Amino acid sequence: MDSAVATETPLLQLRGISKSFGGVAALTDVDFSLRAGEIHGLVGENGAGKSTTMKIIAGVHSEYQGTMHIAGERVNFRSARDAKAAGIGMVHQELSIVRDLSVAENVMLGMQPVTRLGLIDYKAMYRIAEEQLDKLGIHVDPRQPIGLLPLGLQQLVEIARVLLSGARIIILDEPTSALSPPEVELLFAILRRVRDAGTSLVFISHFLDDILRISDTVTIFRNGRRIETAAVAGIDKHWIIERMIGAGHEELEESYTGEIFLHSRPDAPVVMTTEGLSREGMFEDVSLQVRGGEVLGIYGFMGSGQLELARALFGKLSLERGSLHINGERLRLRNTSDARRAGLAFVPESRRAMLFHLEPVYKNVSIAILGRISRLWVKPEAERAIATTHVRSLQIRPPLVNRPLGTLSGGNQQKVALAKWLTYPPKVLVLSEPTRGMDVGAKDDVLKIVRGLREQGIGVVVVSTEPETVLSMADRILVMKRGRITKEFAGEVVSKDRLLAAA
Amino acid sequence: MNSWLRSRLRNIAPFATLLVLVILFGSISPSFRTLDNLGNILQQISVTGIMAVGLTFVILCAEIDLSVAAVANATGIVVAYFTQQDASVNIANLALPGGVAIVLAVAASLAMGCVTAFGMNVIGIPSFIMTLAMLQIGAGISAMLVRGQIAYNVPDLISTLGAGSLGAVPWIIIVAAIILLAGHLVLTYTRFGRYVYMTGGNREAAEYSGVNTKMVLAAVMVISAVCSGIAGMLGVAHFGSAQQDEFDNYLLDSISAVVVGGTSLFGGQGGIGNTIVGLFVLGVLNNGLDHVRIDSFLKILIRGLILLLALIVNVYAQRMRTKAATTAVGA
Repeated sequence: MDSAVATETPLLQLRGISKSFGGVAALTDVDFSLRAGEIHGLVGENGAGKSTTMKIIAGVHSEYQGTMHIAGERVNFRSARDAKAAGIGMVHQELSIVRDLSVAENVMLGMQPVTRLGLIDYKAMYRIAEEQLDKLGIHVDPRQPIGLLPLGLQQLVEIARVLLSGARIIILDEPTSALSPPEVELLFAILRRVRDAGTSLVFISHFLDDILRISDTVTIFRNGRRIETAAVAGIDKHWIIERMIGAGHEELEESYTGEIFLHSRPDAPVVMTTEGLSREGMFEDVSLQVRGGEVLGIYGFMGSGQLELARALFGKLSLERGSLHINGERLRLRNTSDARRAGLAFVPESRRAMLFHLEPVYKNVSIAILGRISRLWVKPEAERAIATTHVRSLQIRPPLVNRPLGTLSGGNQQKVALAKWLTYPPKVLVLSEPTRGMDVGAKDDVLKIVRGLREQGIGVVVVSTEPETVLSMADRILVMKRGRITKEFAGEVVSKDRLLAAA
Repeated sequence: MNSWLRSRLRNIAPFATLLVLVILFGSISPSFRTLDNLGNILQQISVTGIMAVGLTFVILCAEIDLSVAAVANATGIVVAYFTQQDASVNIANLALPGGVAIVLAVAASLAMGCVTAFGMNVIGIPSFIMTLAMLQIGAGISAMLVRGQIAYNVPDLISTLGAGSLGAVPWIIIVAAIILLAGHLVLTYTRFGRYVYMTGGNREAAEYSGVNTKMVLAAVMVISAVCSGIAGMLGVAHFGSAQQDEFDNYLLDSISAVVVGGTSLFGGQGGIGNTIVGLFVLGVLNNGLDHVRIDSFLKILIRGLILLLALIVNVYAQRMRTKAATTAVGA
């Protein structure tokens, strides 16, 4: 279907791009072209080469083989700044906004209008920012600190900034993963408007439905190669999945969306009980039970309080009211160390907050269990042995425990984050967004790990803003809305639309 | 630069600096390249070295302790305060047995460390400000106890360790070496040491791994204060007197030693090995500049420039290390 791609001079063209890191090929002979005024979806498993390709375009990686042309002109970016000057903007999954500054200051960051005295002209700044945001259909008060806005709006403001900086090509990395459905609608409306104004967009996502809805063209990566590029008009989800990972995995993605029967286990022993947990502005009066050998899903849109609740269950946020019992024993968590000793474990949604990027894999695995394997002296050999076991059983790639963690791909880092807690199984494991930003294959791996933990009798709590995550893993589902539990699904048939309807 | 070299710039640069300085001074000054002078250098860096051990812990946690010299001064004065002074010394001192005086002095440094830890962890004052206050408090304690006078006597044990020798080797060098070694063992081979590195490397991740990071921070502040206290007591014996403002240069020297040695100001990277190299760089620089008869005012400027250079290397090393370690395969 490559013939479907237009023959006019593309706005951006990569030819024969190859790139390797320390002898490991990350990209092999990749061709990629982006037309003016199109939205180009990019899909592929973690480590397939999407990010590396985009980093080359954005000037982050300056050493590679092959050529890059913009509007027919050969370019060779030495830095991200070069790329920016050439009109390439990137919106990362982790936003680069300044939370304490106002919306307008964020939009105009680095290009604030100044008065004749050289001072920042706030009046003009608010006016310009408001105009720009209005043009995109984002209606917010530009004087408001951006940190107070919902995440979705923060993201839109960041996109507005990139646009305002004069970008002709905007790369969006997983822009919808943290958004609620209405926010996704707003984002898509804005992206279309931007496209129609002539800007080209690259849309990287694991949400194939989103890719199919918003893109004009889709390119699929696998194992560092570009597998295929096609116009969206003639393809569907199956077609993409087949090329992303080969046959056999389709049922998995499907199973999230159809009707699912929840195999709840009301007879399983209760390991954790909470009563009336409250923390002002985050969650209110949360009472729940976690059973051993059961996966409890807690679903809610972004900002519903479930992510904060998860932190509180691990002692990272203190509780204002309510009680927490483990195996009938009342716990008072002063810090995370108390929680760990009580048999609680937690994996936060942000890998950056969980892992030590400069340290080797084995130290990342052992940090949570050092108290168990050593009293005074550390035992690196034992740590490596334990890490090696996990690396093997979780199929972490590359399987080298002495490698700095930062050199692993995102999905593999997430597995390391999980591996921390697997050596001495906790009583309750709380997972916050365990599969966010992961491809189908890695999600499947995480799912298997969670199922394995359930078999061991661990109470697993999966907290997420993605319905698919909860549906694929949970035996029982609680829905949170504005900080309160509003609905429980147990021992019944549930589907994505019913879940969304309850949230 | 290849990635192996890049990720080790932190360790290589200070060592190269040391080598250059030794070759430079060695070739200019014959009196520099003698065994006697090596002994001088070792003695000159011993007091700084003891302080720098505690500071290494603190800086590895991405914190700072500006009170080291003040705590050293106060502890040195406390031990002298509780020792019988000659009649000529006009201090209202309280003579106690030597062992008791030492215990009280160590307890004083411990208490100062605890106050710092309390201020940081319970009240939430950043270490920079909190230890700035402790600097003032330490100076205040020193001033109150000696009131502008000079005390000379310290307990026998302290004067042996600070000014005596075991055969040809001054005790103070031995003590410094033992404390440096102990610091190295703790940091490299103990669970607590690992927690220090992890807390410094990513405090949030350490917390999410169930590490009690506040305890780790409290411990490093106390360790730093006690190291300073020991350095202060031995320093007083080594210099032969206890007086106010005696240790003023040691704050900059000990921080410089840690940072010049390549321990990251951002935490999590470096160690006692780096600090030892840093101590030698400073020791050789200070000593070498004396041997080449340089304008003593220019000396100060040169030291400042060397420190600046080390800071630049420190920041670059961090950047390169991060780059080398996060260049993902694929992703």
